[in-house]
Amino acid sequence: MFAQKQAQAAHADWREFVIEALIRVLGFSTIGFVLLIFLFLLREGVPSFYKVPVSNLFGTRWYPNFDLFGTLPLLLGSVLVTVTAILIALPLGAATAVFVREVAPNWAREILKPMIEVLAGIPSVVLGFFGMHAVAPLIRGTLGIPTGLTVFTGALILAYMALPTIISVAEDALDAVPKSLRDAGLAMGATQWQTIWKVVVPAARSGITTAVMLGMGRAIGETMAVMMVTGNAARMPLSLDSLFRPARTMTATIAAEMGEVAQGSIHYHTLFGIGIILFLLTFLINLAAAATIFKKRRRGGLR
Amino acid sequence: MEKIRVEHLDFYYGNYRALSDVSIAIEEREITALIGPSGCGKSTFLRCLNRMNDTIRGTRVNGKVLLDGQDIYHRNTKVVELRKRVGMVFQRPNPFPQSIFSNVAFGPRVLGLMNRRDLASIVEESLRGAALWDEVKDRLNEDALSLALGQQQRLCIARTIAVKPEVILMDEPCSALDPIATLQIEELMQSLKTKYTIVIVTHNMQQAARVSDFTGFFWMGKLVEADVTDSVFTRPQKKLTEDYITGRAG
Ligand SMILES: Nc1ncnc2c1ncn2[C@@H]1O[C@H](COP(=O)(O)OP(=O)(O)OP(=O)(O)O)[C@@H](O)[C@H]1O
Ligand SMILES: [Mg+2]
Repeated sequence: MFAQKQAQAAHADWREFVIEALIRVLGFSTIGFVLLIFLFLLREGVPSFYKVPVSNLFGTRWYPNFDLFGTLPLLLGSVLVTVTAILIALPLGAATAVFVREVAPNWAREILKPMIEVLAGIPSVVLGFFGMHAVAPLIRGTLGIPTGLTVFTGALILAYMALPTIISVAEDALDAVPKSLRDAGLAMGATQWQTIWKVVVPAARSGITTAVMLGMGRAIGETMAVMMVTGNAARMPLSLDSLFRPARTMTATIAAEMGEVAQGSIHYHTLFGIGIILFLLTFLINLAAAATIFKKRRRGGLR
Repeated sequence: MEKIRVEHLDFYYGNYRALSDVSIAIEEREITALIGPSGCGKSTFLRCLNRMNDTIRGTRVNGKVLLDGQDIYHRNTKVVELRKRVGMVFQRPNPFPQSIFSNVAFGPRVLGLMNRRDLASIVEESLRGAALWDEVKDRLNEDALSLALGQQQRLCIARTIAVKPEVILMDEPCSALDPIATLQIEELMQSLKTKYTIVIVTHNMQQAARVSDFTGFFWMGKLVEADVTDSVFTRPQKKLTEDYITGRAG
C-alpha cells in the first residue's frame, strides 16, 4: 500500500517536473525569440546610422536611387497620419464607449459589443481595398483634388481600425467606475448627462487615455491599409493642405521597398534603420500607456 | 413645521414588496432617526425621499411623499430639482476622485456657477459648515481620496450642503468610520440641524438615542413605531419595539 502510494507520488513528481520544464522552456524561448528579432533589427539597422551622414539621414528628401535617405518626411508622414487618425478616433471612440456603457439599453449593448469585436477582425487589406475604391473617390470628388489617396483617407481608415480597441478598453474603464460615484452625482441633482461627463468620464480618464495609447500603438504600426490609401509620395507634410495630399509613412516605405532592395546595401540598412525608429516610437507609446495604468494602480485600482 | 409627510407608502423591487403602508411625518430642522434590523427597508425608505430608487430598474411606488405639501412622485416633479432640495450622504464615503475643491464645487458648477471667486467662497462656506475647513484649507487642490475616511465623509457632507439643500438624508453615515470620526459627524449633525432637516438611518441605537429628536422603528418593511426619541427608547408603545431596543429581537 505504502510503497504503491510512494510510487504514485514519484510518478506525479516526475510529471510535474516535465510539465514545469516544458513551460519554462516555452517561456524562455519566447523571450529569446523576441531578443533575437530585436538583435537582428539592431544588426541590420544600426549601420545606417553611421554609414549615412546624419544630415542626409534626417534630411527632407527620400530618394534612395540618388542616395538621398532623408527619413524626416516618412517620420512626419507616419506621425501626421497617426495623429489625425487619433483625433478622429478619440471623440468617436469615447462617445461610442459612453453610449454603449451608459446610455444604450441592455439589448442594444448585447448586439453592439459583439459587432465592435467583429470590426476588429476585418483584415487590414480589406479595409485598404475599401478605402481605395470607396473612400478615396468620395474624397476626391467632394474636395475636387487630383487624388483621393491622401493623409486624410489613411487617417480615416486607421481611425476605423483603432476604434474597436479604443471602444472596448474605454468601455472597460467606464465599467470600472463604481456605482457609488454615479449615485453621488445623481443625488446632488446632476442630470444623467452631467453625471456621465463630470463624474464618470473624469473618473475613467486614465483608462480612456490608455485606450487611446493602445489604439495609437496599433495605428502607427499599421502598414497594409495605409500603404494602399495614402498615396505614398515621400513629401514633407508641412503646409496645412498636406492633410489632403499624399504622404508616405515609415511602415509603407519598408513594405514597399524591402522586396527590391539589394541585401547589404545602404538602402537596405536604412530600411531597417527606419524599423528601429518605428520600434522606438511604438515602444515609447506603449510605455506611456503602461505608465498611466501603473500610476493609477498605485492609487488604488483602475477607477 | 412639518417638512416631509409620507402617506401610505408601498415600495416594490419587481414583485418583492420592500415597504408596506408606511406613513410618517418628518419635522423641519429636527433629526429623525430610522432604526431597525438589517433588510427591514430603512435604506429603501430613505431613497424614496429623494427618488434615488428611480435609478433601479423595475421598482414601483404607491402612496404619497409630500415635501412642503407637494407630492414628489407627481408627474410634474422634476427629479433633478428634487434632489437639489433633498441631498444625500451615503454609507461609504464616496468623494469623486478629483481635488477637494472640485468635490465641493461640483454641485454649484452643475447649477451653472462658474465664477471662480463665487465658487471659492461657496467651497469655503461649505467646508466650514462641515467642520472640515481648518483641516483642508491648505490642501484644497489635493486628491480627495488622500483624506482619511472620516474626513472624506465630512467632505461628502460639505459637497451636499454646497447646493444648499433643505433636507439631508444620511444612510448609516458612520458605519465605515472609527469612534472619533463618528463623534465628529454626530457633533456636526447637531450644528447642521439648525439649518437643515436631517433624516439618518443607523444601525446603532445609542447613536439614534444620542443624536435624534424623533425615531422611527422599521420591521420587515413596516413602520412599527414612530415617536419622539425619548419616548421610543424609554416608553416604547409596541412590544416589538421594546424587544428590539433591549436586544431581544432583531
Ligand atoms: N436593488 C434591490 N433589488 C431587489 N431587492 C432589494 C434591492 N435593494 C434592497 N432590496 C431588498 O429590499 C429589502 C430592504 O432592503 P434595504 O436595503 O432597504 O434594507 P436596510 O434596512 O437598509 O438594511 P441594512 O440595514 O442591511 O442596510 C431587503 O430585503 C433587500 O434584500
Ligand atoms: Mg441599508
